[in-house]
Amino acid sequence: MIEYIKGYLSTGTTPGEAGNLFWATVYILLVIVGVSVAVLCMNWLERKILAHMQIRLGPMRVGPHGLLQPFADALKLLIKEDIIPHDADKLVFWSAPVVVTMTAFTTFLVVPFGRTHAVTDMNIGVLFMLGVSSLGVLGIIMAGWSSNSHYPLMGSLRSSAQMVSYEIAMGLAIVSAVLMTSLQTGTGTLSMIGIVEAQASQHTWFIFKFFPLGFLAFAVFAIAMVAETNRAPFDLPEAESELVAGFHTEYSGFRWSLFFLAEYSAMLAVSSIAVTLWLGGWMRPFPTWLGGSTWNMAFSFLPALTFFVLAAMCFLGTIRMPKIPQFRIQTIGLGTFGALLGFVGLVLLVPAVSVRVQDIYWFVVKVAFFMYLYIWYRGTFPRYRFDQLMKVGWKVLLPTGLGVLIATALWGLMPQLSAAITGVLQ
Amino acid sequence: MSERTDYLDLDTKDETFLDATELVLNMGPQHPSTHGVLRVILKLDGEKVLGTECVIGYLHRGVEKIAENRTYAMFNPYVDRMDYVAAVSNGLGYCEAVEKLLSVEAPPRAQYIRVILTELCRIASHQVWLGTHALDIGAITPLFYCFRDREEVLKIFEKYCGARLTTHAFRIGGCIYEAYEGFEQDCKKFCDAFLPKLDEYEELLTTNRIWVERTKGVGILNPEDCIALGVTGPVLRASGVKWDLRKAQPYESYKDFDFMIPTGLHGDTYDRYLVRIEEMRQAARIIRQAVDGLPQGPIMAMVPKVIKPPVGEVYHSIEAPKGELGYFIVSDASTQPYRIRVRPPSFVNLQALDKMVRGLLVADVVAVIGTLDIVLGEVDR
Repeated sequence: MIEYIKGYLSTGTTPGEAGNLFWATVYILLVIVGVSVAVLCMNWLERKILAHMQIRLGPMRVGPHGLLQPFADALKLLIKEDIIPHDADKLVFWSAPVVVTMTAFTTFLVVPFGRTHAVTDMNIGVLFMLGVSSLGVLGIIMAGWSSNSHYPLMGSLRSSAQMVSYEIAMGLAIVSAVLMTSLQTGTGTLSMIGIVEAQASQHTWFIFKFFPLGFLAFAVFAIAMVAETNRAPFDLPEAESELVAGFHTEYSGFRWSLFFLAEYSAMLAVSSIAVTLWLGGWMRPFPTWLGGSTWNMAFSFLPALTFFVLAAMCFLGTIRMPKIPQFRIQTIGLGTFGALLGFVGLVLLVPAVSVRVQDIYWFVVKVAFFMYLYIWYRGTFPRYRFDQLMKVGWKVLLPTGLGVLIATALWGLMPQLSAAITGVLQ
Repeated sequence: MSERTDYLDLDTKDETFLDATELVLNMGPQHPSTHGVLRVILKLDGEKVLGTECVIGYLHRGVEKIAENRTYAMFNPYVDRMDYVAAVSNGLGYCEAVEKLLSVEAPPRAQYIRVILTELCRIASHQVWLGTHALDIGAITPLFYCFRDREEVLKIFEKYCGARLTTHAFRIGGCIYEAYEGFEQDCKKFCDAFLPKLDEYEELLTTNRIWVERTKGVGILNPEDCIALGVTGPVLRASGVKWDLRKAQPYESYKDFDFMIPTGLHGDTYDRYLVRIEEMRQAARIIRQAVDGLPQGPIMAMVPKVIKPPVGEVYHSIEAPKGELGYFIVSDASTQPYRIRVRPPSFVNLQALDKMVRGLLVADVVAVIGTLDIVLGEVDR
């Protein structure tokens, strides 16, 4: 048993590849916990960042600077009355949030947080992610239909139309990235880990490959993924000013929170695809240009440094807290939180840990960048109208994606083509 | 409801594509973007609007009937509760109507103070409009910017008369409060600070691709329709009709000031947006001139303690932020008005909704309700 557990650690592959069920289970649990925690953090960060963009403070009451607000919200949602409308189709109404949440979590099976930090590495990884994440729309349609109410129905119809249209542009962009993996080896790969390794072996992130083709494909994907996850400015299915709350109007309490969880995990999932395909996945920036052991060393301090900076921000916060008894618990709480972050930073300094978390750190930083973009969009843009959304999808993104795909293929074939042409000419 | 369904024709089905049936969607009275308790019954073909019917009256308080049991002075605070985001304008309209009935005129200083406060109120009202209109179209940030700057106007109101929203700033015959110490400076400071902030709102919206796409060509009203429907205010001016009561039939001291009446060309939602934005600039311009030229003197005309107008009737209208706000007062020479009828701009403008949204999409209904700038307190009274 112990041998079985220890045996995996020396394989240097994912648990799925090694066929090690124990570690696969551990990884799955870690992913579920990690994603849930990320959603909680995202909840707090979104409210705070959006609030600061909108000249307000955001949550400030529950915990220091509202740090406990997500927990309070989760608790509130859990103990709320569970309402199922009388005319709803009970079974479908019940299963819709389950479908949505399950698909959102399942996609994380193949997300490579590092060379070995994935549950498994499928040879059809990208296809699997796309397939499973597009199943999520099924849950949304189920939710809208089973509610037996007009607003949810319209929300779910919008949602299905939107997801179907944007999936095509998204797929085309992905194919052009997959094409790039075949450039040196001659055989492309759909494996998420394989794609990152192809970027490593070609010494470039695919966003910079064949400039501007890689960037265009990335841009198409980055726009389509916002539409795919129903976020502003493409948040028509849940457009609150038009459809009240869209497909989840009739949901409340924990069922609603499952939709919330699914939406944010879907955002994390598509961001992970974007990071893996175009931004070099778990690779740190400039692995060749700033290569060498000194730079490696310097970069390996960054995870710890990040936590130290966060800890310092917390301590700064405690200093700036009002010095009155009412704020004593808040001050202590913030200080403790800072100490906790600092402790995590110290742990990350241990070489054995530091080596293992490097990959995860860079992956998370890149995903966090996308998460910030999501919040930024929400603070900036008005909402598209349905026909305009379709216009953007079919008339702009689809032709661009198709054009980029063809251009990438031609560019990739350039050596062969030129050889053939010179052959013909001679 | 049943007696009016013939208008919408809810029962008989129109021939539509693939003979699909229409959806009747009940929007409101509890809905995030019907600006209060407006209920709109939409007949939809998919997302396309085939027809609408507005159901109003959820906020009906019988203000006009109340007036018949109150003295002229006692009714004055009630008018603030009609268009509660532009309470000062409502008060001005009422006071002027009664003054007309009494044949008195407010002294120049009072008139100037009235103009300053009314124009400040216009800015505040337009800020609420801009924030909520942008929110309806999905831009959440301008709302907070607008409310931040509206706060400054409300502070001036609070300093002047103690109230922020339902101000009751004016009395029949002039103003009861003298401009407080530093009133002029506050107003000027507000104008100086406000114009850059207006540019800030415009930066977020005017050239924003999505905003332009969502508003251009949406809810077009041509001048003939506007006049036929009795639409007034920025909605009318955005259609290209240069009709502003401040210029057309100058009341108060508006003839003393130099300002422009912005008009639009196409009569769509984008033009209405631009017209209102420009109106805020012009309002700031008027405030500056009025503050500079603020005359000295009394602030109250000679008005008897007990107001008993002679038998007669009067109609007086002013340019409220939302359009022509008229008061029709019938006096039977008693201390209480025999009848007061209010012509609220929101109520009349709301009539244009059906004409504007037919053939558009559901999302446009929300945008059009926003651009009409209705306040349900005024629609229902």
